[in-house]
Amino acid sequence: MDSDYSMKEIVIISGKGGTGKTSIVASLATLAGKKVLADCDVDAADLHLVLEPEVLSRNDFSGGKKARILKEECTACGKCIDACRFEAIHYPPVASRTVHALPQINPTFCEGCGVCVRVCQDNAIAFEPAVNGQWFISDTRYGPMVHARLGIAEGNSGKLVSLIRAEARKIAERDELEFIIVDGSPGIGCPVISSITGADMVVVVTEPTLSGQHDLDRVAQLTSHFQIPTTACINKWDLNPEMTRQIEARLKDQGIQSIGRIRYDPAVTRAQIMKSSVVEYTGGAISEDIRSVWRNIIYALGYFINK
Amino acid sequence: MTAANNRRTIAVASGKGGTGKTTISTNLALVLAQQGKSVELLDCDVEEPNCHIFLKPQIHSSKPVNVLYPSVIQDKCTGCGVCAQVCEYSAIVVVKNKVLVFPGLCHSCGGCTLFCPEEALEEVERQVGIVEEGSSSGIHVIQGLLDITELMSAAVINGVKKSAGLSDIVIIDSPPGTSCPVIESVKDADFVLLVTEPTPFGLNDLKLAVGMVRQLGIPFAVAINRCDMGDGEVQRYCDDEHIRIILEIPDDIRIAQAYSRGEMIINVLHEYKGLFVQCLETFFNQKDPGLNTGQDGQ
Ligand code: SF4
Ligand code: SF4
Repeated sequence: MDSDYSMKEIVIISGKGGTGKTSIVASLATLAGKKVLADCDVDAADLHLVLEPEVLSRNDFSGGKKARILKEECTACGKCIDACRFEAIHYPPVASRTVHALPQINPTFCEGCGVCVRVCQDNAIAFEPAVNGQWFISDTRYGPMVHARLGIAEGNSGKLVSLIRAEARKIAERDELEFIIVDGSPGIGCPVISSITGADMVVVVTEPTLSGQHDLDRVAQLTSHFQIPTTACINKWDLNPEMTRQIEARLKDQGIQSIGRIRYDPAVTRAQIMKSSVVEYTGGAISEDIRSVWRNIIYALGYFINK
Repeated sequence: MTAANNRRTIAVASGKGGTGKTTISTNLALVLAQQGKSVELLDCDVEEPNCHIFLKPQIHSSKPVNVLYPSVIQDKCTGCGVCAQVCEYSAIVVVKNKVLVFPGLCHSCGGCTLFCPEEALEEVERQVGIVEEGSSSGIHVIQGLLDITELMSAAVINGVKKSAGLSDIVIIDSPPGTSCPVIESVKDADFVLLVTEPTPFGLNDLKLAVGMVRQLGIPFAVAINRCDMGDGEVQRYCDDEHIRIILEIPDDIRIAQAYSRGEMIINVLHEYKGLFVQCLETFFNQKDPGLNTGQDGQ
């Protein structure tokens, strides 16, 4: 905390999905100086598609335990079925039921609460850490990156997000980096809250639509509850200039600093296909827009640009 | 559960956000209503529900969604600490013989109350969101709204689903992604329509979503939004995996503009109504094997 450098963690989120958040993060990764990247959009992790990380270390992630019935011990009393509030335990369907049909636990619905394990008088339920995914420390052309792959239909994304952020912070402290740039998740629920708590700044990427405005309002309430300095930029602003002005006026009322507009440009999709960030791909006006957003982020952080 | 047995539930989902789930679910619902069908639209994207922006339903009822969490009956509690050992989520801890509950972390499993040797815990309710019902153009709209700073989206989604069941066709607008809230939204559906866009991000997230519906064993097909904007990789992937594409919406700036103003495509751009009608016809054509397995034939 009191070291002589001051590292800043910037989290880019979007409220509503599909606003171009990850494309912007990839460009900020290109523009920022010494940084580590953290992909906390674990449900739909896409940053690696642009940054093509070379994986240096690969680790299992366990967000909790799961229950499993031990066939040899189970007497099919059915007590666990009634005890499970998540309806994860059932007898097999009637058609395939034999005299000694044993209950089955559907791992997709098991919340890992352990109630069945304690209820079972025959000690017939094992309770072990489940591997819910993998997380990686990688090297990219823009420096280190921490990212993850959550297993299909797995929960616990909030825990995974916290873990990724903690690992990114370790790297930043070890290498005395200036920035942690976090690609956050959409929505206002569990993974988003894990993405933003304690960050130095949240950047909301929105778009000039009624949905964008509505979602921004909900995200703004969330960041103000956690008292995180919040800024916002409007992507594809020229799609509806009137709406853009309306949203900017509203940002002001909400005490959110506007840090710029980014125009609509099909080059964003082409860059994605070429596995480049937008600012790498084109020197066009959109790249200027994004550079200006980055400058405003720095200003907002109270920095001066040395160059 | 009073409605006819032939009720059909279609969940509209996608791995990636912003692909057009809401556009597709609202327009499908409106087409059905205009055809005189009894239809319900469930907005299960309870973190950021947006269907109301397009359908502008008259809300006629609102009720809270409550979850259970433990409360300590002080004069029975001996501070033994069993509850804290039971709780897998660190939602209840015992410090110096005093029990502290963190309601936000509680998953309402009931374990602590069940196993407390002194019967010193009781479960009480607290609100985590609301469910609103209304109607718009013949559609019964039910939407959930997670309270800000709450974590348990799944509880609110469950509340939305419990309020449904009065119509023949149910359309579910799911949240984006592939984790717990999405599974809660789609798990009882008869069919899932996975929406994507033809870009590398869209393809990556579609693959995750396909993995999810296959694991749940629900028949599905794909809808491609802005189908002519990216590369052909999504189409190729669907071909290779024998996944049916039953709706393709072109990249039309007028659609994006209508969306930005909260307008329904089929109301303002009549030429696109046929796409949605056709998509529904394909869906209701039960003889098509591709739609029953999410695969082309057997
Ligand atoms: S651990 Fe909890 S959620 Fe999992 S099967 Fe047992 S009772 Fe159900
Ligand atoms: S109900 Fe379950 S999750 Fe909630 S505090 Fe008790 S043991 Fe923990």
